[in-house]
Amino acid sequence: MPLLEVRNLKTYYYTLRGVVRAVDDVSFALERGEVLGIAGESGCGKSTLAWTLLGLVPPPGRIAGGRIVLDGIDITKLSENDLRKKVRWKKVSMIFQGAMNALTPVFTIEDQLAEPLIIHKGMRKDEAREKIVQMLKAVGLDETIMKRYPHELSGGQKQRVIIAMALLLNPDLVIADEPTTALDVIVQAQIMNLFKEIKKKYNIGMIFITHDLSLIAEIADKVAIMYAGKIVEIGSSDQVFGNPRHPYTQGLLRSIPRIRSKEKITWIPGVPPDLVRPPPGCRFFPRCKYVKEQCRKEEPKLKEVEPGHFVACHLYG
Amino acid sequence: MPPIRVRGMAEPVVKVRDLMKYFPLRRGLKEIITMKPRRFVRAVDGVSFDMYIGEVFCLVGESGCGKTTTGRLITRLLEPTGGHIYYKPTREVASQIPEKCFVEDGYVDLAQRLPKHADKLLRREIQIVFQDPFGSLDPRMKVYDILKEPLIVHKIGGSEEERREIIYRALSEVKLVPPEQFMNRYPHMLSGGQRQRVAFARAMILKPTVVVADEPVSMLDVSIRAEILQLMLDLQASRDLAYLFITHDLAVASYLCTRIAVMYLGRIVEMGPTDEVINNPQHPYTKALIAAVPEPDPRNRFKIREVPIKGEVPSAAAIPPGCRFHPRCPYAMDRCSKEEPPTLEVKPGHYVSCWLHTRK
Repeated sequence: MPLLEVRNLKTYYYTLRGVVRAVDDVSFALERGEVLGIAGESGCGKSTLAWTLLGLVPPPGRIAGGRIVLDGIDITKLSENDLRKKVRWKKVSMIFQGAMNALTPVFTIEDQLAEPLIIHKGMRKDEAREKIVQMLKAVGLDETIMKRYPHELSGGQKQRVIIAMALLLNPDLVIADEPTTALDVIVQAQIMNLFKEIKKKYNIGMIFITHDLSLIAEIADKVAIMYAGKIVEIGSSDQVFGNPRHPYTQGLLRSIPRIRSKEKITWIPGVPPDLVRPPPGCRFFPRCKYVKEQCRKEEPKLKEVEPGHFVACHLYG
Repeated sequence: MPPIRVRGMAEPVVKVRDLMKYFPLRRGLKEIITMKPRRFVRAVDGVSFDMYIGEVFCLVGESGCGKTTTGRLITRLLEPTGGHIYYKPTREVASQIPEKCFVEDGYVDLAQRLPKHADKLLRREIQIVFQDPFGSLDPRMKVYDILKEPLIVHKIGGSEEERREIIYRALSEVKLVPPEQFMNRYPHMLSGGQRQRVAFARAMILKPTVVVADEPVSMLDVSIRAEILQLMLDLQASRDLAYLFITHDLAVASYLCTRIAVMYLGRIVEMGPTDEVINNPQHPYTKALIAAVPEPDPRNRFKIREVPIKGEVPSAAAIPPGCRFHPRCPYAMDRCSKEEPPTLEVKPGHYVSCWLHTRK
């Protein structure tokens, strides 16, 4: 049984403008020890998907259908109370985008790291300290940092504290939403190295969400490409990077400048659709250069093009 | 510095020499009472480079290295604390500037105070495109009015028809066609890429010779970045233009730029033609920056990326003595913490400031 199984998940925002289908019929599975990278442009629903997995969809959003089975439990069926007590942070933890700026300025790092241990595990402060020291070491920080306040730390150090916080209760699944966007290149590389070490050391599942395909290649074993609320391609990272099938994936990969190559980069014309009124048929057809009549009418389903590699495109009938 | 010939133009259009910008820090009450001297953030601390027509000159560096401040000094959105910005105006503008403004063979020093009308003429020739296309366009102005404003300020085009003509041409030049369709829109009705096109149209409408592009693609989605980069190159191909491209992304820099200057804590540590800097980096900092760039190759997931330098950039308010990079440098020697390294030319046009490259 996989660690996480998401089936036909739908998360909609019920706004005054209409229903925004931010996550629309998304399915995937994740094994222990595996890293799934989710890539897509801004507004494609990747962050909403992450929040949904924690049961934290901000209103007016709601889960409109589907199942999220984590370790045998369907968490869409749990009450808020159960979610908070049994799932969040204990089983699934998350590194939010810009989380390093969400550390409370008035508490020391130790106080902030102790909180989940005291609340969830009922530890005393001195018991918690031991665990915190151990965790800080694991993320490459010195224990002297415990007595400091967030403003005394650099961006990279704060991000390490956040990662420590996410790992503190030994969760089964860690979701990282753009964990390096606010960091400089060198610090980003150091944090990516830390993620690689964590992946090796702890046998956990990880979902890594970013718009930067280069970062996904650095860490993910499996890659899902999202477009306008749907997964358009999913497979092992060797398959998706080595043999991209969906025109959108191909376009994305061709738009990344590479440092040592003079190859001309191209772009995908047009803009992603409004998710209140997505185009009928394939949501990518207005921007696709291989568009045919069928694409305008019929929505493509995910089809297996080679073992473990799924693509939603009419080119592969 | 020897000129790099670009499109037959031997003379640089901009010569920046020892440019400095210090921002004073606010002093606490205790510091004022004890009469402690004022402290400064040395954002730009002695930067020199040349820019040529037809090239894309790039400033790369991490946040806080002074690259944006340098760009703002050249567009004179900020007054420099010291140094010179020599600019060679076009013949048309030069003929309207009083003789006394020129310092040497046709160059004007923009760091000095200039007569008001000369100042205005010179500002017209150096334009800027900002990073954030969502913040740099007034949400209450239509595209037409956004583009008309520089024409009004600089009194270009006598009649409304004439101005409309100029605006239409500017819009079609940035491929917002048909212009009639875009001119009545407000910024919120445009996509990020279209907004950045409007920002470029606004910069180009005054026919500048120097355009500072401050991270123009970092706020855009990956899939449309190439579109804006291509637009920049197209605009340059049709006119005599020098770009100062400011970015933190070495991959974008290496794709677009003819020459790269790597900045660290207010100084240029390495400068040279793009291929030289990328394939043959000489400064330990440049080497680390290049090693840290992620690449879309899934084989990378099995190996730890070797980043030879530790720690993070120190504050520009407390710059380390000697070579400012020495606390993070894996090759730091005794000398590095005491003396600032000189700038050496290791190959024609390739400059490095590092003690490792001085001959004993």
